[in-house]
Amino acid sequence: MIDFLKDIGFSHDLAVLVAKSLGVFVVGGFGLLWTLLGIWLERKLAGRFQDRLGPNRVGPVGLVQSIADTVKIIIKEDIVPEGADRWVFNIAPVLSVMAVILIWAVIPFGPGLVGVDLSVGVGYIVAVGSLGAIAVVMAGWSSNNKFALLGAFRSVAQLISYEVPMVLALLVPVLLAGSMRLQVIIEQQYIMYLLAIPMTVFIFLTSSQAELGRGPFDLLEAESEIVAGFHIEYSGMKFGMFYVGEFLHAFTVGVLTSVFFLGGWRFFGLEDLIVILGLPVIGFLALIFKSLLAYIFLIWVRMTLPRLRIDQLLNLNWKFLVPLSLINLLVVAFVWKLIPDTDEIDSFGDAFWPSVALLVANIAMFVGMSVVLRERGRRERARIEALRGPVDDPGMGTNAVPAGTGD
Amino acid sequence: MTVHEWLFIGLFFALGWMLPTIPIVAGKLLGPKRPNKIKQQTYECGIETVGNTWVQFRAQYYVFALVFVVFDVELIFLFPWAMAYNKLGLFALFEMTVFILLLVVALVYTWRKGALEWE
Repeated sequence: MIDFLKDIGFSHDLAVLVAKSLGVFVVGGFGLLWTLLGIWLERKLAGRFQDRLGPNRVGPVGLVQSIADTVKIIIKEDIVPEGADRWVFNIAPVLSVMAVILIWAVIPFGPGLVGVDLSVGVGYIVAVGSLGAIAVVMAGWSSNNKFALLGAFRSVAQLISYEVPMVLALLVPVLLAGSMRLQVIIEQQYIMYLLAIPMTVFIFLTSSQAELGRGPFDLLEAESEIVAGFHIEYSGMKFGMFYVGEFLHAFTVGVLTSVFFLGGWRFFGLEDLIVILGLPVIGFLALIFKSLLAYIFLIWVRMTLPRLRIDQLLNLNWKFLVPLSLINLLVVAFVWKLIPDTDEIDSFGDAFWPSVALLVANIAMFVGMSVVLRERGRRERARIEALRGPVDDPGMGTNAVPAGTGD
Repeated sequence: MTVHEWLFIGLFFALGWMLPTIPIVAGKLLGPKRPNKIKQQTYECGIETVGNTWVQFRAQYYVFALVFVVFDVELIFLFPWAMAYNKLGLFALFEMTVFILLLVVALVYTWRKGALEWE
């Protein structure tokens, strides 16, 4: 590409600039087009989970629904409530989309097929990803609405709390691969990390779901309590941008899961074909396939679990996820040090026994965790029974359980 | 090479700013503009707003923010350690264990003090 531009008379720097700009537009445009399709997929799935059909009128199986919605939302009136802080109010939706699009700059779609393989890739993702929290706070604060402000407060408590276990979980693949470059992390996954460190994946998915503000952690927009939370005063395309930002973020979490834990563009040896046939599209398809699996899993969780209360939410984080992820990190680090030659893993055979060792450690950790949780649950139950008589049905009893069950 | 890397991030920054701005501006141009007093009132389920919106908030949010800052700074120190871990000796593990334990002590202290209880 750069050579071609140079041939038709561009200087080297300009050629690089043009080529890079085109790459940016391809990735960004793909992101937005994918959003249209993905929103359809999500609504369809949500419909099926709730025993209804989902969108099915506009176009074949409702495929054109998102486009119709876009047209509708774009010709809506744009209302700014009185007393709103106009600047902040207008920037917030832009920021919420930008925070996600920036993440896509470092996602590797195949060997050599990456926007930019930063040497601090993981740190960049964490830093850029947390911009979304600022957008939420800005929206809630500037709307001049009490419900929006409550939503923003909750988001402060929730989004920053869950940042801690999420980053602690991301440290584990960094530790195993010995690099923060996403390409190196993928290349090191001769066996996908999901099979070696399932506990880390569990922590990452749970805290990411909370970062997304999706059910069961959708406290920042709990309809029955604070109407719509931070975006209550937004209408028209500004609301649309929050919607797009949320969707794109959810899918990006799927992509990140597949990059860090499912082996990214690797697909059971198919990645060798990429080099042999010169078809980087195979890697791309593998990545999207895995991302969709992770994403659908997140929707599944979202549609299945009921919303937590704010004290339960914070307890789950500070009294369960944070200690667990610290222990997880230390256990993985300890096991990893016991294995010789961990810095020279470059084949499936090299990776096999270390992975087995990590898996055994993870199972041990899981058993320990279950025992501790069970003990705590028993004690909590005894405490409540002492307070208000025997609890017959544990399901019915959950209403009476105050803070501190830890799970 | 590194300059080009960050140039690309800069381009993405511009694109990330542009992509959401274009639809919003388009919406502004295409949509009707008929503001009136009632429409622009703050939405509160149909009831008129009483008092100031920017009210005092619970101090507890502040406590959680403080605990978060402590852990976030810790995480920054953990990243270089994790990156170099394969090349470091056994001693690095013990060092980091002590470092993490110090923070666990802080967490346990906050827990025991009841700062993590939401009332």
